[in-house]
Amino acid sequence: MPYRLNINGTIRRVDVPPDMPLLWVLRDELGLVGTKYGCGKGLCGACTVHVDGAARRSCQLPVGSVGHAKIHTIEHIGATVIGARLQQAWLKIDVMQCGYCQAGQIMSACALLGQTPQPDTDQIDSAMAGNICRCGCYNRIRSAIRIAAGMEEETGRVA
Amino acid sequence: MSHEQAAADLTRRTVLKASLLAGGGLALEALIPLPAGVLDAREGKSAPPAQLSAFVSIAPDGTVTIVSKNPEIGQGVKTSLPMMVADELDCDWSQVRIAQADVDQQRYGEQSAGGSTATPKNWLPMRQTGAAARAMLVQAAAMKWHVDAGELSTAKGRIFHRATGRSVSYGKVASVAATLAPPDLATVPLKEPGQFTIIGKPLVGIDSARIVKGQAIFGVDTRLPGMLYAVYEVAPAHGGRLVKADIAAAKLSPGVKHVVPIIGNGDADTGLADGVAIVASNWWLANQARSKLAVDWDLSAAKDHSSSVYRAKADAAIAAGAGTDLRLDGDPAAQLASSAKRISARYDYPFIAHATIEPQNCTARYKGGRLEIWAPSQTPQRGLETLHNALGIAPEAVTLHLTRAGGGFGRRLMNDYMVQVAAIAKAVPGVPIQLIWSREDDIRRDYYRPGGWHSFEAGIGANGDLVAFSDHFVTFGDGKTPARAAGFNVAMPPAGLIQHLHYSQSMLPTVVTTGALRAPGSNALCFASQSFLDEVALAAGTDLPQLMLSLLGERREIAAPDNRSPAFDTGRARDVIERVLQTSRWTQRPTERARAKGFAFYFSHRGYFAEVVEASVSSADVTVHKVWVAGDVGSQIVNPMGAENQVRGAVIDGLAQALTGQAIEFIDGAVQQSNFHDFPLARIPMTPEIEIAWVKSDKPPTGLGEPALPPVIPALTNAIFAATGTRIRSLPVRLKTA
Repeated sequence: MPYRLNINGTIRRVDVPPDMPLLWVLRDELGLVGTKYGCGKGLCGACTVHVDGAARRSCQLPVGSVGHAKIHTIEHIGATVIGARLQQAWLKIDVMQCGYCQAGQIMSACALLGQTPQPDTDQIDSAMAGNICRCGCYNRIRSAIRIAAGMEEETGRVA
Repeated sequence: MSHEQAAADLTRRTVLKASLLAGGGLALEALIPLPAGVLDAREGKSAPPAQLSAFVSIAPDGTVTIVSKNPEIGQGVKTSLPMMVADELDCDWSQVRIAQADVDQQRYGEQSAGGSTATPKNWLPMRQTGAAARAMLVQAAAMKWHVDAGELSTAKGRIFHRATGRSVSYGKVASVAATLAPPDLATVPLKEPGQFTIIGKPLVGIDSARIVKGQAIFGVDTRLPGMLYAVYEVAPAHGGRLVKADIAAAKLSPGVKHVVPIIGNGDADTGLADGVAIVASNWWLANQARSKLAVDWDLSAAKDHSSSVYRAKADAAIAAGAGTDLRLDGDPAAQLASSAKRISARYDYPFIAHATIEPQNCTARYKGGRLEIWAPSQTPQRGLETLHNALGIAPEAVTLHLTRAGGGFGRRLMNDYMVQVAAIAKAVPGVPIQLIWSREDDIRRDYYRPGGWHSFEAGIGANGDLVAFSDHFVTFGDGKTPARAAGFNVAMPPAGLIQHLHYSQSMLPTVVTTGALRAPGSNALCFASQSFLDEVALAAGTDLPQLMLSLLGERREIAAPDNRSPAFDTGRARDVIERVLQTSRWTQRPTERARAKGFAFYFSHRGYFAEVVEASVSSADVTVHKVWVAGDVGSQIVNPMGAENQVRGAVIDGLAQALTGQAIEFIDGAVQQSNFHDFPLARIPMTPEIEIAWVKSDKPPTGLGEPALPPVIPALTNAIFAATGTRIRSLPVRLKTA
């Protein structure tokens, strides 16, 4: 089936079966490899993208259901104010170990700050609970979100 | 080994080679032998002296390129090893570019990630390489200015002659430096720790800026013109063999280009498993086509390889008696019989999977008899051997590129995915193939941390001393040799600290593939032994830290029983224990109901770690409030930014093993778990505050990927006992609802 998808502000044409998850359209058809495969069941959040601003698991999103929705991926997120602040915060305290899940983490964090500009720890934990970091960078993920939200100064010491 | 010994060892065979870069500049290649006796990736095994090579180049514009030789799996070596070179080179970190080395044993020596060995193996050679390059640049400037090299100083990539106020950048003299004879690495002057400008500074990982933008950097991100995507369907049970495959329907599935049954060599551990490869234009299409395969598997070898059968056999082995002696000190039987108090307990833990978040994958192209591979592997050089053994492809015919790996934890010490993709690529010559395992493949075809059972007994004297200790360990193996990563550690405390001790072992055969998982051996042995010693301490009227301190006694080194593994320094152990008791305010017990602290200590991978966990239990739920860590990994933390992340990650990893319900179970060799719903990983809400204290000893720096993990599990389970009176003797923790 031919589809016209609005991805990162550009119309991209693909010809794939309607039940192919958006994840595999992004990765294998369009070469946008920043969005990651982790579980294929919506359990780990590595494949998180934004669909009209909301965080969605692209491994659970058949391309046939996307329609005209605006899709944004990690490759584009630095062009948004919140996304750029998150990327800077991530680098300030070097959140990551292996880094594989971090695209998904940043996409979920970006959706959180879009909804809740000053989240408390419970709100952070609740919004980020769907994103697994196998390396266990969770203390720094919390800190980086607070730094991006202007709630925590980067002091060189992170919890 | 001391610095002096290591330096003396280096003098004999060190070769430095300088050459001119194309376009001018210095290229320095160092062939540096490692000190003899440096540990192999597998803890406890001694490796032959290996060659290590580093490559430093300095362009005329002053840009310093440092080759990073080892696989980066999230442990931070791609940043920390070049930091050692750059500091002694005395350049500015902003001048440094880092290039990932391809696999080339002759040029780079050992290239591996495992056993927390990168820091101890490279601490001297990397610094010497940087210092040698600096000495040559200084010599070049001295010649240019007709002054004595001793009058010159360096800082941030420039050379200064204070007397005349002159200075010159490294880039300007690099081409002349390239014509000079390199100095002797063993005598090249190294900085005093107080002079470090890069080592010890918290630096951001070299790839981090690319990671936050989603740039292609991992194995699965490899993209080649005309590349196709593959899945590899293997037998539904461990030990299964392919009998017959009907591939007609799968071939007609959308997007499918090739379906290739592959008969392997039946060697599940180091060879090629039988399977059916499906190659398609898109990975999801390849994976979808699996349901169209009709394959007959011979699963007879897997019959009765079930968790319930293993448990029953372990029970029988323990009931039958002591097994084979591993260590017998004094006369523990007599001492037990005559001790004032005698306690015994059984402990066990399950198989667990690594579950790296990037599933196993590899990319390959076979063309004109040559194989080119892009691999996220922890042991790529061993991968070349396996390719040779399983497929007959000579190492000289292989070009092997290392990609960043989305986690390792020991899983990628094995190269099964590399051999599989090579077999597929060989069947479809000229076409680049990317093999990706589904998460289900990854959970079901792991080299698991093997399960194990312990039957402990301890005798306590009238004065409360521990007088005798025994452990009968039931593990997996062929009867002679334990399965991969299923061995015991005969130095496990209290061995060497008391007179009368007995360690013994029984083995159960298994068809399941096992392997090293972060702090192999230690991650399980520490849980069992430090939990039982907590029971001993309470029975003796003291607590575990006091029992450990009294067992450790005066400061001394206890040689490893094999005389090759690192000696155990009781002073370093005392120091981390005393430090964590201070930082955690151990004697101040929480006043809330069902809330308490627990303690544990362990020495593994050359690191000394004592940890305290404060946890509370409500109904059947355990909440970890805080974890205090005190660790001694030597005189210097190379990159505190990465080091603290390793410790926090290890703590969270251990808590997940205990608390999320992780257990791999088998029925007739078939793994019952498949994805993160039934093999759960840690998630952010369970993350406690983690306070880290470094105890700096005067010993050379050692690694941090592993040693912080083992103590956190018994510290937690000991806290649960203190909070509730329920002793956790089996992992994962399963509390009954009150």
